[in-house]
Amino acid sequence: MHIVFVGHVDHGKSTVIGRLLAETGSLPESKLAQVRATCERMSKPFEYAFLLDALKDEQAQGITIDAARVFFESAKRPYLIIDAPGHIEFLKNMVTGASHAEAAVLVIDAKEGIQENSRRHGYMLAALGIKQIGVLVNKMDLVGYDQSAFETIERDYTAFLKQLGVVPAVFIPVSAMQGDNIATRAAERMPWYQGPSVLEALDGFEEAPAPEDQPFRMPVQDVYKFTRGGDARRIVAGTVESGALSVGDEVVFYPSGKRSRVRTIEAFAQPSTEFTSVGEATGFTLDEQLYVTRGELAVRADQPRPEVSTRLRVSIFWLGAEPLAEHKDYVIKLGTARVPMRVESIEHVIDASTLAKREDKTSVQRHDVAECVLRLRRPLACDPGAAIEGTGRFVIVDDYDIRGGGIVIEAQADAQHELREKVFLRNNRWEKSLVDSAQRAERYNQRSTLVLVTGPREGRRKEVAKALERRLFDEGKLVYYLGFGSVLYGVQGEHGDSSEASHDDLMHRLGEVAHIILDAGIILIVTAQELAPRDIAIFRAVVQTDRIETVWVGDRTAMQISPDLEIDDHADDEAVQMIRQRLQECGAIFRAW
Amino acid sequence: MPSAQHLDELEAKSIHILREAYANFKQLGMLWSIGKDSTVLLWLARRAFFGHVPFPLVHVDTSFKIPEMIEYRDRLALKWGLTMIYGQNEAALAAGQSYPAGTVDRLTCCGLLKSAALRDTLSGRGKRYRLNHDSGAYEVDQSTEAYTGVIVGVRADEEGSRSKERYFSPRDRESQWALADQPPEFWSQYKTDFKPGTHVRIHPLLDWTEVDIWAYIKRHDIPTVSLYFDQGEGTRYRSLGCYPCTEPVSSTARNVDEIIAELTTGKFANIAERGGRAQDQADGGGLETLRRDGYM
Repeated sequence: MHIVFVGHVDHGKSTVIGRLLAETGSLPESKLAQVRATCERMSKPFEYAFLLDALKDEQAQGITIDAARVFFESAKRPYLIIDAPGHIEFLKNMVTGASHAEAAVLVIDAKEGIQENSRRHGYMLAALGIKQIGVLVNKMDLVGYDQSAFETIERDYTAFLKQLGVVPAVFIPVSAMQGDNIATRAAERMPWYQGPSVLEALDGFEEAPAPEDQPFRMPVQDVYKFTRGGDARRIVAGTVESGALSVGDEVVFYPSGKRSRVRTIEAFAQPSTEFTSVGEATGFTLDEQLYVTRGELAVRADQPRPEVSTRLRVSIFWLGAEPLAEHKDYVIKLGTARVPMRVESIEHVIDASTLAKREDKTSVQRHDVAECVLRLRRPLACDPGAAIEGTGRFVIVDDYDIRGGGIVIEAQADAQHELREKVFLRNNRWEKSLVDSAQRAERYNQRSTLVLVTGPREGRRKEVAKALERRLFDEGKLVYYLGFGSVLYGVQGEHGDSSEASHDDLMHRLGEVAHIILDAGIILIVTAQELAPRDIAIFRAVVQTDRIETVWVGDRTAMQISPDLEIDDHADDEAVQMIRQRLQECGAIFRAW
Repeated sequence: MPSAQHLDELEAKSIHILREAYANFKQLGMLWSIGKDSTVLLWLARRAFFGHVPFPLVHVDTSFKIPEMIEYRDRLALKWGLTMIYGQNEAALAAGQSYPAGTVDRLTCCGLLKSAALRDTLSGRGKRYRLNHDSGAYEVDQSTEAYTGVIVGVRADEEGSRSKERYFSPRDRESQWALADQPPEFWSQYKTDFKPGTHVRIHPLLDWTEVDIWAYIKRHDIPTVSLYFDQGEGTRYRSLGCYPCTEPVSSTARNVDEIIAELTTGKFANIAERGGRAQDQADGGGLETLRRDGYM
């Protein structure tokens, strides 16, 4: 069982743990001697905390900088104890340590009482979803083992935790220095205390039940096809976050909405199995060769669907030195999905140590907690964190590092919501032929792709697109050029006006046409003038995202999208060569051997 | 003795980490010291990738390894179809700079033959040798591309600085570790973004203890070097390194079961594993100093 120890700096976490290890005989013989020798060399009195402050900087400064993992075993079970630093400067290390824990022990100094970080750490534990919390009131020897000092802290801190929806499992008065109520009860010094010792309280924590009765969720980590030794399996791999899956189950992948049936559950060096469930790092093959990629979420067709959206209302905590701000680009990582994002709005910011709410903020400072709406560049699949933990929480990356984390409160409807619903219905009702897309790709020696060539009115997008078609055709590819104008009159809907709704409708129809042509295994080149992000979003909702390549040809002044390729000031044949190379890079066409 | 459920949980987490590494790092390699930990790691990779190991195994050969270790390495590499690479600090060896040669002290020796050799092998500045599976011999590797992800089998229970490691731990251009300012890591989301020129060390075994390792070796009957077992002399190696600096321990454990008994209830229940490694004792945190500088 993983248990994290947290608390304000100098309230004695490391000492409690050191004492616990020493009294349960969990220390290697050389360790105590080694620390005693170090203390002697540095002319410091021996302290149990030094057992855990392993780094030279920590020993020199007498401060825990980073969370340490410590292993020990009680009569009941093995423990991994995480000693989290108490200094506000190292809150990110505290979060790192605490996030692995199933239960937490929070240490408060009896003499100093509840401090800022006692509250902040309590808040972070709640934000991290840790529900079992024991509170130690330490240094009871410094207050003369006074019952009322203990009870004041118990009353005040219980009231604080209640606001966070947390009910502490136990309050224990201890003195780590003297060893009171750590591994054994100190009935003589604190006859008024009838509860458990720390060791007994740890043994009393319950292992978190695995969420097996929840819907099946598995973020796809990868699809493996290792051909070495003639291995022909195509295995969808990942770790099951919740629920269970059996051979024969129908699975759907979101956000794409593709579906198939589980043919086998795969494993190496173990007897074959037809079942996998929560917590397992597993893999399965499908009845059909679907093109599924990392970042999709595998769910069971007979169970509740996840949310799919580009707008998420979330509760986040921020750890970055640079504040989280609107109008700045970030990356969100949820499950195995990884999507560029921005903060659309900050609803309110909470000071984690006082629980005071502010609604006038436009940024979230380091160590603050906030409720915001995030706007994602592409849709992802998730669940509200309150429903399914594993697929309801995420981190935010800025400048190469994780800077914050949060929980999904709800997915909000975005502009493509209705369209997406139509597409899910379409995929559900799609009549499957006996020839699947992988077989077509193999036969035609290409992967069907939509090449969207766009640009300013006066640009050479049409000439380039047509030349590209000619070049690929001459190379033996199955390719088709379709100008936006050719579709305009044939598929125009009942609106017939130039309203936004009719424009979106038109894009949707073009997308559906593209979807059919792509399903036939063809490389489709479409030209349209000045496509906007909104148009691209529609194509992404209707056609598989990973099969769209966008090319901007001509002057960039009017460009609002972030195309896969930009071409300006190049002769047509050079432009064709650049697009061709791009198609090779993305795997649509293959390089000659 | 760790429970089956405990081992299942450790294994699932390690496999998840290995798959994250493979998905996120194009230039990925796994350090294989031939010891029990990195051999368990190798087995976990075969589990993660359904019988395949889709990245090279990298061994830093100090030239002072016990000969049986090298034989065992090449035997398994051929049998399991592994992409096997080794590198060494040829300049230092040619100049006779080593502790066994009596020219430098222990820490300097580790710094040259392990840390520097590792750094140069990973960056591609040093020569790499690749096992040719047809001939069974090593040839100079044509690839000199730097590894951006390096999987290492260190465990948190081994030593203080390792107890504070991340699963995905960044290293700068010179392989240096900024251990006072590590990025946060939570909810199975890891540091998979990195600046050009830097690399990330990946540690799937952090939560494993020595006895977990042996229990897992027993579960899967994973082949290990015979040096870990008493051959009738009343000694065995508990931790493997270079022969001049690694002492066998006195023990009569002849098989995996006896080792597990020795670690759980027997004579080693309270004695640290790296007790036989001389470089750790060389100064007040020898290993921390080495590790800041790029050591495993």
